[in-house]
Amino acid sequence: MAGTDPVSAAAPRGAGKAAQLQVRNLEAWYGESHALHGVDLDVFAGETVTLLGRNGVGKTTTLRAIMGLIRKRRGEVEFEQRSIMRLPLHRVARTGLGFVPEERGIFASLSVEENLMLPPVVAKGGMSVEEIYGIFPNLLERRTSPGTRLSGGEQQMLAIARILRTGVRMILLDEPTEGLAPVIVERIGEMLKVLKSHGLSVLLVEQNFRFAARIADHFYVMDHGRMIDSFSVADLPARTEALNTALGV
Amino acid sequence: MTMIFGVPLPALMGQLLVGLINGSFYALLSLGLAVIFGLLRVINFAHGAFYMLGAFAAWMLLAYAGIGYWGALVLAPLIVGVAGMAIERLMLRRLYGLDHLYGLLFTFGLALLLEGTFRHFFGTSGQPYAAPEALRGATNLGFMVLPNYRGWVVAASLVICLGTWAVIEKTSIGAYLRAATENATLVQAFGVNVPVLLTVTYGFGCALAGIAGVLAAPVFQVSPLMGSNLIIVVFAVVVIGGMGSILGAIVTGYMLGIVEGLCKVFYPEAANIVVFVIMAIVLLLRPAGLFGKDS
Repeated sequence: MAGTDPVSAAAPRGAGKAAQLQVRNLEAWYGESHALHGVDLDVFAGETVTLLGRNGVGKTTTLRAIMGLIRKRRGEVEFEQRSIMRLPLHRVARTGLGFVPEERGIFASLSVEENLMLPPVVAKGGMSVEEIYGIFPNLLERRTSPGTRLSGGEQQMLAIARILRTGVRMILLDEPTEGLAPVIVERIGEMLKVLKSHGLSVLLVEQNFRFAARIADHFYVMDHGRMIDSFSVADLPARTEALNTALGV
Repeated sequence: MTMIFGVPLPALMGQLLVGLINGSFYALLSLGLAVIFGLLRVINFAHGAFYMLGAFAAWMLLAYAGIGYWGALVLAPLIVGVAGMAIERLMLRRLYGLDHLYGLLFTFGLALLLEGTFRHFFGTSGQPYAAPEALRGATNLGFMVLPNYRGWVVAASLVICLGTWAVIEKTSIGAYLRAATENATLVQAFGVNVPVLLTVTYGFGCALAGIAGVLAAPVFQVSPLMGSNLIIVVFAVVVIGGMGSILGAIVTGYMLGIVEGLCKVFYPEAANIVVFVIMAIVLLLRPAGLFGKDS
């Protein structure tokens, strides 16, 4: 199955190479509640892939189950041809997989700079602090203030920036534009393009379909804890109407 | 003779010093409790037993191995810290997923077990432990006579408390600790080995109690019940300062020691309960404690 698309099997992605992240038949539970019913997805190196779907269909759960934040799970998750299902949580990041949570996870008792320096460097090739401050001068200006004093948009940029430092090769990014003003959303979009130009792969959960449409290479649509559709950005125009119905836009 | 509010100055200063000494132990112990509670969410009822263990370790090092005070000041906290880490790793860890009450019950039982064991072998009468040669005698400060060892206790506890505070607030290890106190799961998802951080933190908190025990050995007698006599007040101190607040634990520890000392001068009858009266008032006016954040 490696290298083929699990749902549409249409245009070949990844030029015949195995997917960087390969998820097969992933199930997850919150207590007794069965939240994921066998999710399949692939992310190829350098791709930005977006999970679409209504609220509560399991998009965030998918990211959390891949990362291992939900321990009650079954199925197979391979990152760079290596199973990460049995690794303890702190070893998952060390394989090169970074996570930015929906609530951003900026620590109030840490300064902006401490927040930035917190995640340990897991591999070479991460951005230096100077580079990061070059891209986000306002983080430099406010580096000594508590992390949560930043605006929502700045917190989101800090949340992404601190993962860039670590040298991970893929980022799981949960709703980066949620609750942010259009101008800030614009800047987050530019930032994701910077990630892409650095060769990072991104698995993005996003409600803002227009935002996702501009930056993603490939899309998955979820419903009721399952993948119901998968298509590349080239197929997007033909799908727009069906998507609007599926997403209830 | 100089009088202040009808009290002779040397008497006032003497009680202030006693208060400051007690405050030093309160601060060291409540600091360890606050660090442990902040990260592990465990109310460490065994803390008094670890303090006792520190004092006994010092006494045993001298009695059985001929290692004196200065050696004990390094070795005893290490012994207590390693014991704490073993207990966290083998037992306490299994309770993290459960209600916080289980951690409290477990550590309470552990305290009874440790104290009972020592009472079985050493009785309750207490063993004397002499202050080191270099710190015997007293210094006349003009307004009072300061026993050198007591001055040392206050200075040492201040240095240890401030050092601990600086490590937690100013270093990258401290940043891990603060971040994990807020959201341990996310810190672990970043690749930090949080299980080891928990073990080391518990061991460190216990080692602080062990240091307090060694410092206390020449002041009080080394007895199996020395911890349980002190720990009730220390818990009141933690409640007043605010659970989990590092600076709050330190400041409140010294402050309440001094308040207790002053109370012995002006209204001795209330000296034993003044801390608990303050606790009741603080709980009424600021339930999260003087330095705690409402959550």
